[in-house]
Amino acid sequence: MAAVIARDLRKNYGDFEAVKGIAFEAPARGCFGFLGPNGAGKTTTMRMIACSQPPSAGTLEVLGLPVLEHPRTIKQRMGVVPQEDSLDEDLTVLENLLVYARYFGLRPRDVKPRALELLAFMALEEKRDRKILELSGGMKRRLLIARALINMPEILILDEPTTGLDPQARHLVWEKLRSLKREGVTLVITTHYMEEAAQLCDRLVIMHEGRILVEGTPRELIAGHTSPQVVEIFEPPAEVLDDLAGIASLSDRVEQLADRWMLYTDQGDALLAKVRVLPIDMGSVWLRGGTLEDVFLSLTGRSLIE
Amino acid sequence: MTVVAEQLRARPRILSMPDATLTGAIRYWHRNAAVFRRTWLLGLMAWFAEPVIYLVAMGLGLGRYLEQIQGVDYIDFIAPGLLAVSAMFGAAFESTWNAFYKMERARIYDAVSSTPVSIEDIALGEVLWSTTRATAYGGAFALVALPFGVFHSWWGLLTVPAMALVGLIFSIFGLIYTYLVSRMDFLAYYWTGFLTPMFMFAGVFFPLDRLPGWVGTVAWFMPLHHGADMMRALMLEGDPVAALGSALWLVVASLALLWLPLNLLRRRMVR
Repeated sequence: MAAVIARDLRKNYGDFEAVKGIAFEAPARGCFGFLGPNGAGKTTTMRMIACSQPPSAGTLEVLGLPVLEHPRTIKQRMGVVPQEDSLDEDLTVLENLLVYARYFGLRPRDVKPRALELLAFMALEEKRDRKILELSGGMKRRLLIARALINMPEILILDEPTTGLDPQARHLVWEKLRSLKREGVTLVITTHYMEEAAQLCDRLVIMHEGRILVEGTPRELIAGHTSPQVVEIFEPPAEVLDDLAGIASLSDRVEQLADRWMLYTDQGDALLAKVRVLPIDMGSVWLRGGTLEDVFLSLTGRSLIE
Repeated sequence: MTVVAEQLRARPRILSMPDATLTGAIRYWHRNAAVFRRTWLLGLMAWFAEPVIYLVAMGLGLGRYLEQIQGVDYIDFIAPGLLAVSAMFGAAFESTWNAFYKMERARIYDAVSSTPVSIEDIALGEVLWSTTRATAYGGAFALVALPFGVFHSWWGLLTVPAMALVGLIFSIFGLIYTYLVSRMDFLAYYWTGFLTPMFMFAGVFFPLDRLPGWVGTVAWFMPLHHGADMMRALMLEGDPVAALGSALWLVVASLALLWLPLNLLRRRMVR
């Protein structure tokens, strides 16, 4: 069964159409991802799923219920981790969880054991009586996730859960999200980190300018929209460019950027052997697998999107 | 089951039935109460200092140079009005600066509205909380005023619910204004344009009966005028019937306006 079903979903802000008729199904107990550059419509879509902004047209069902008719029922069974920190700075870490629980009709007294459990799960138990202002960015994000779990949600909505975190904090958050998924919580996330999508998502869509460009598993998308391997040559010297062009013609596709050449191919070793013969510092040549980033850039282009 | 979204609901209309429940409002009220339990001591001095300053300076200081006013000492005349004023300012602080801070700076409204507490529940909870705060403020004033001997009737006990009524109407007015303005800077105009004139001209410091008739007509539309009259009837005159008339004005005005901040907040937050 799908946890979220959207058909021809649209959202207008005045004349601006932020989401231009998208359809998708996020399977229950899995992790479904929205990838896209800024302004792609990811956050708008998340807000509609979270029942905080109504769709302009189309249908949207969460946990089998239409969002316009049953926002309270859906929210009772949902956890939301917003993009921007919305912790209650007037309260301590533990109080943030207890007070938030009350919004779901849970009594602080009854929910305290669970709150302490969640703090331990998010490695925050030593901070329970601290003020929010004393927490680091990573701690705040973990507390936001703990807060979103206080009502034991069936579905957790995360809008860019690791943006702005350092690598340690990011890996800790990923680990916690994977263990939630194992427990059967449905995750719906947005991200513009390709690695995050590859690490967490069972299925994902790539959005661009309010539309869904492709949908699939990370593996399918890489297989279907980019070459399995990429040879990258960083700042090739001028004297080898002619020879390099010759080798490049053997690849599926070549991309020449200001500082590097990228040869997309399914025969990485063979091309690498040919490049190796050229008088190039081999420290600036490498072979890597195709990534979601390649898919993403080939679909949405390299120009900066504002 | 699938339902097609209606285009109309994309931007909620002001004239519609608010999606508010008392349960949700009380859940949000508890949030404010939890914060208050941590911070009330910090503001305690101000709570008591302000009424003492007014009573001593105006009542005893200025009062010494005045003949009796309407047959009573000046301090007895102004104390009931000042009690209404303290409830008014208590509600005004909470429903403007504090509410705006929670809505725009601290993102409290965003966090709460992603739970089963609806946007209208938040606004209603804010009305209830601001009323609570106003009653507490007024209560502190009453405690300070007690030893000055300004309570002349046992009906004065009813000033507690009376403070809540004054708090309620000013909570509603404050939130209507707060939910309409885009910047915190504009909140100051609520004071200069609305509260301060009322403070001076609603019959707190001097009776309006010797002024031209139109002044009384204008004052009739001022909630503080009815608040001050109500307190005076309870504390000074021991006239519950007169107090009931003023209370009725405040109740009717509050009920007539209560829906407005609720729908204004939804219109502000949902696009």
